[in-house]
Amino acid sequence: MSAAVSPPTAAPPTGAELALHGARLGHPDGAAVSGPVALRIAPGELLTVVGPSGCGKTTLLRTLAGLLPPLEGRVTQDGEPVRRPGADRALVFQHDALLPWRSVRANVELPLAIRRVPRAVRRATAEEWLERVGLAGHAHKLPGRLSGGQRQRVQLARALAGRPRAVLMDEPFGALDATTRAGMQDLLVEILRGTGATVVFVTHDVDEALHLGDRVALFASGEVLDVPHPRARDARHLPATEALRRHVLDSL
Amino acid sequence: MSLGRRLVRVASPLAALGVWQLLTSLDVNLWLRFEQFPTVVEVASALADRIGTEAYWQDLGHSLRRIALGFLLAAVLGVAAGTAVARSRWAADVLGPLVEVVRPIPAIALVPVAILLLPTNEQGIVFITCAAALFPVLVSTRHAVRALDPAWEEAVLTLGGGRARVLFSVVLPGSLPGIFGGLSVGIGVAWICVISAEMISGEYGVGYRTWQDYTVVDYPGVFVGMATIGVLGRLTSTAVEALGRRVTAWLPRPAERGTDVPSRAPGSPADAAPTRTAVVVPVPEKEPVP
Repeated sequence: MSAAVSPPTAAPPTGAELALHGARLGHPDGAAVSGPVALRIAPGELLTVVGPSGCGKTTLLRTLAGLLPPLEGRVTQDGEPVRRPGADRALVFQHDALLPWRSVRANVELPLAIRRVPRAVRRATAEEWLERVGLAGHAHKLPGRLSGGQRQRVQLARALAGRPRAVLMDEPFGALDATTRAGMQDLLVEILRGTGATVVFVTHDVDEALHLGDRVALFASGEVLDVPHPRARDARHLPATEALRRHVLDSL
Repeated sequence: MSLGRRLVRVASPLAALGVWQLLTSLDVNLWLRFEQFPTVVEVASALADRIGTEAYWQDLGHSLRRIALGFLLAAVLGVAAGTAVARSRWAADVLGPLVEVVRPIPAIALVPVAILLLPTNEQGIVFITCAAALFPVLVSTRHAVRALDPAWEEAVLTLGGGRARVLFSVVLPGSLPGIFGGLSVGIGVAWICVISAEMISGEYGVGYRTWQDYTVVDYPGVFVGMATIGVLGRLTSTAVEALGRRVTAWLPRPAERGTDVPSRAPGSPADAAPTRTAVVVPVPEKEPVP
């Protein structure tokens, strides 16, 4: 396993360290998933996980979130075992998991309401996050009134509003068209700046993984590779990036 | 709704009344015998007489109080039990078999049970009404809770929510569409049973009065009772439906989905307005790609 690279976006060391130790992942009544057995995700780093669709990447995220216990081995956050889901590790879903009966703002306020933050603070924080994701004028709408891309932005705002120490993202842009997707990647980079949160970003899109990640984990082999130029759009065609892309594509 | 449809909706019951009036005033006897059958005019004049009496409104008040109590009890118990059975294996094991055995028993067949158990007739009628409405509510709630999108619950859990938060922020609001399906069925069954129970064991009440009129061979009076029940049933079920539409306004509209959404009430202000504002305030969907 390669050493963690501290990302340029994370200023304060508030991110959680997540790790798998000899873990076998899967559903209790299903077959185990042939995913990584040992993995260490450094505080504040953005790790992308690539693998073909249906290989169990979601299972990895659900295990890290604490929604699913590992079949064997341990999952830890800062050395402490993860036993149940909690506000420390927010999950962003591929298909929007916004509560459709709550307005956009009420959805973003949810993690704060759970923490019993006073209403005025809650509202101000939600407004601020909606502004950051470019949806300031949509606070009163129901999620059903938004486009797919807008709903994913609300999900991002909701996940980050609770100041989680880790954000687990399950192909959040997988259902979006290519242009929207690139815009969302930039937005994600933008809004993660200053949060310091550790991010695990699962995708089947190699280019997305190479663009966003500080490191790329290959799901099937568990191999973790350093990305030479994280989050630099113009580094796409540099030789180092090209070499890594070829390596990743070959291994899939 | 278009003018044509409105006309049809008004004309259809009027035509039925016209046929009824013709058949009865001409004393038609074509295998079906209409000689003894009261005419529409007779029923209408009986209704006009009754409406002026205090007894009519007293009966109405009694029936309404019984159904309100029984139905509200059934709603609370049904939602609570349905949620418990769907969410907890323990509750499913304890309550599930019991529910399935008691459910097929017609509520009106519980009259002996009510007489044995409860001190007053009044409570017995409420008990039977409640028993009737309970099962539709319980079963619909159970299905609705089981059909919830698991992502909603997982989202709340990973935002730090606990069991109570999941229950009140996800399970109950998310299953409201199904719960209201059960309540709509329940209010109908509740009327059937409150009237039947009043006929068997009531003092006062629309069902009691209707049966009294029958025993004294006051046929127009019987029809006044039936019409009253019909109107009350219609009003209460409309109220349940309207409340249901209100609390499930977040459901996708028929324009976006199929036609099976019960939200096509004419003039429902929630229908059109938000769509229009969505068009008026366009927000750039895509960020420029550097």
